[in-house]
Amino acid sequence: MKYLRTIPITALLGTALTGMFLFAAIFAPWIAPYGMSEVVGDMWEPSSAQFLLGTDNLGRDLLSRMIYGAQTTILIASLATLLAFTMGSVLGILAAVLGGWMDQVMSRGVDILMSIPTLIFALVVLSVMPSTMLVLILVMGILDSTRVYRISRAVAVDVNVQDFVEVARLRGEGNSWIVFREILPNALSPLVAELGLRFIFAVLFLSSLSFLGLGVQPPEADWGSMVRENRQGIVFGVPAALIPAGAIALLAISVNLVADWILRRTTDLKGGRGG
Amino acid sequence: MADPLLEIRNLKIEVTIRPPGEKPHDITIVKGIDLDLARGKVLGLIGESGAGKSTIGLSPAGYGRGGVRITGGEVKVNGRDILQLSKGALRNVRGREVCYVAQSAAAAFNPAHRLMDQVIESTLFHGLASRSEAVARAVKLFRKLGLPDPENFGQRYPHQVSGGQLQRAMTAMALCPEPDLIIFDEPTTALDVTTQIEVLAAIKDAIQDTGVGALYITHDLAVVAQVSDEIMVLRNGELVEYGETRQIIEDPQEEYTKALVSVRSINHQAKAPEEAPILSVRNITAAYNKSADPVLKDISVELSPGQTLAVVGESGSGKSTLARVITGLLPPKVGQIDFAGRTLPRALKQRTKDDLRELQMIYQMADVAMNPRHTVGTIIGRPLEFYFGLKGKAKRERVNELLDKIEMGEGFIDRYPAELSGGQKQRVCIARALAAKPKLIICDEVTSALDPLVADGILKLLLKLQEIENVAYLFITHDLATVKAIADSIAVMYQGELVRYGPREQVLSPPFDDYTDLLLASVPQMRVGWLEEALANRRMASQGN
Repeated sequence: MKYLRTIPITALLGTALTGMFLFAAIFAPWIAPYGMSEVVGDMWEPSSAQFLLGTDNLGRDLLSRMIYGAQTTILIASLATLLAFTMGSVLGILAAVLGGWMDQVMSRGVDILMSIPTLIFALVVLSVMPSTMLVLILVMGILDSTRVYRISRAVAVDVNVQDFVEVARLRGEGNSWIVFREILPNALSPLVAELGLRFIFAVLFLSSLSFLGLGVQPPEADWGSMVRENRQGIVFGVPAALIPAGAIALLAISVNLVADWILRRTTDLKGGRGG
Repeated sequence: MADPLLEIRNLKIEVTIRPPGEKPHDITIVKGIDLDLARGKVLGLIGESGAGKSTIGLSPAGYGRGGVRITGGEVKVNGRDILQLSKGALRNVRGREVCYVAQSAAAAFNPAHRLMDQVIESTLFHGLASRSEAVARAVKLFRKLGLPDPENFGQRYPHQVSGGQLQRAMTAMALCPEPDLIIFDEPTTALDVTTQIEVLAAIKDAIQDTGVGALYITHDLAVVAQVSDEIMVLRNGELVEYGETRQIIEDPQEEYTKALVSVRSINHQAKAPEEAPILSVRNITAAYNKSADPVLKDISVELSPGQTLAVVGESGSGKSTLARVITGLLPPKVGQIDFAGRTLPRALKQRTKDDLRELQMIYQMADVAMNPRHTVGTIIGRPLEFYFGLKGKAKRERVNELLDKIEMGEGFIDRYPAELSGGQKQRVCIARALAAKPKLIICDEVTSALDPLVADGILKLLLKLQEIENVAYLFITHDLATVKAIADSIAVMYQGELVRYGPREQVLSPPFDDYTDLLLASVPQMRVGWLEEALANRRMASQGN
């Protein structure tokens, strides 16, 4: 309990909100009042005791779709971020450790990928490939990993010249020990901060793709596609499109608050524990 | 004594520490210090790291570093209590009445501005002189401090001058506003001995000429003995001894002061070289890239099993490069290295696990030589696991055995490097090297980042371990006192060349070559008046030439 009091209020708020979103995502089938694609009323009904957030353009319960949407959105975004991080950080650190032409090949490859605007690149790939969940995760993960690669390579280059890495080299350690045991633990704090940020970008990216119709396909619900489905309602003064948009913003802010706090904590720890 | 320049009464300084996972709490780092300083006098503050000497030294500027708070007492400069002043009034004291000379001039100068602009900056800021007057003053100071081409020196950028010159430029910066008090914070610690002596002489002359009062902070008693009138010995924020320089050096009263004065009293009997050397470096020439000038030129040395070869030289002499060549980090252009009866492959990648195991290295900065995210157990245990396949209980037992050997208890096995003191960190590094059961350990300036008493402990430990394990040391250092203490043979290097090499007694007895003579004459001795003698000798020698 004592420990809780040292957490800043913004971080507590962020944690609570993020927790709420995660809870909704994990237990969606149990807490959603109606089925995801069940038509239960008229189109664009206002909010009432029966439909807390009203209904959407096909007369489905908006709250239920929001809850299922949270599941899809958060799942795809997290898996894509996870993939981006595993790939980006391992390859980035490896590039710093190996140096020489391997570093050149990998870094220039990443430069090429980064020189193409991500959204356009994703649109091209997704218009050729089927928009399944797996393809979405792969495309988003690989595109995002280029950013993580750049950061982890930059951090690892600094750590790589430290004496303790030289000690490990002189001992004859292989690259995997140097990457995972010597450098990664010391590169973690900037990477964790980046993790929060990249997750938000993944949510936004997925939402843009869905809004453009190349992301999650109907009848699956996700926040981006819900904005797309209900956008005509705005003309008639129906706020159905604004609710998922607001949810995206709220999730982004709350995750950011948590990431900020973790960053501050880990930089406090810089140079080891008790320092 | 007339109106004292600086008067400190019952000074108390606290700092808040915030260990993660624990409540922040305050610790007192300076516990009630009194001191007086008259105009034109120099007071030396001496003590090991954590003694509070820098914290006390900065108090006349009303400044506390990194969350340090002055919580009690008075600090009077020219009769005014600094601690009662407003921020604006304090700004008028700083850089006008009180100036500061930092340890690392290289870090204290802004690399983007010319030296002159920085030297006269505070003089102009306080409106003490017009620009042309300030420049004239600075040029005069440059001349007084013995800087080359004083008229144009200020036009250079910090990276265009040497470390010793930069330190003198910083002294000029402090003297330029004609302050009443200057705080010197370890001004010569980062310099080579031959440069240190010049800077010391320049500082001493400048203080005498301008009649400014000075606080001289250092951990090196021999240095402070040359410049100060009085010395205050501090330990853990408390006063140990305070007196005239001559009394402190020649007749110390307290045990701790006696220990400081008699430091480096290790008496190691030099051994004669044996027939079969464990390491022989033959005609090594090396450079950092293909086209560059070689940093090592035709170096050949030998080292017998269980003995110590000290490689001495200033920064840039190539002594650390020699270590890199031997370890294989920098393959030599020409020459070969024989080790334990075989020729070592030139590059690290071609060496076998045994080659690597038998040749260990200990670094100068123990804190960066250990992964801050690993525990002591992992740090020492990894070589055991890697070379001998020890796991679990056997590994833990062996780690404890090694901890015992370096005179540290079992309780340290789960600690992180950040929880250790400087000396303990270096001990852990020694244990890590020993864990591999090496035949040769390369020690790269292993004691130069440590306080003298702690360094002494490390040297004694190294000698003891050498007796037990029969391991040979290649000891790289710039400190001749260390060399005298532990070496069996000595190699003196200068600008990549071996200027003198042989058994200890032979290298340290006359006739000397010019460089070795200069080097030996530049090592500060623990007595009053050494600086003047050394300078006089130097002048005589240059006239003789």
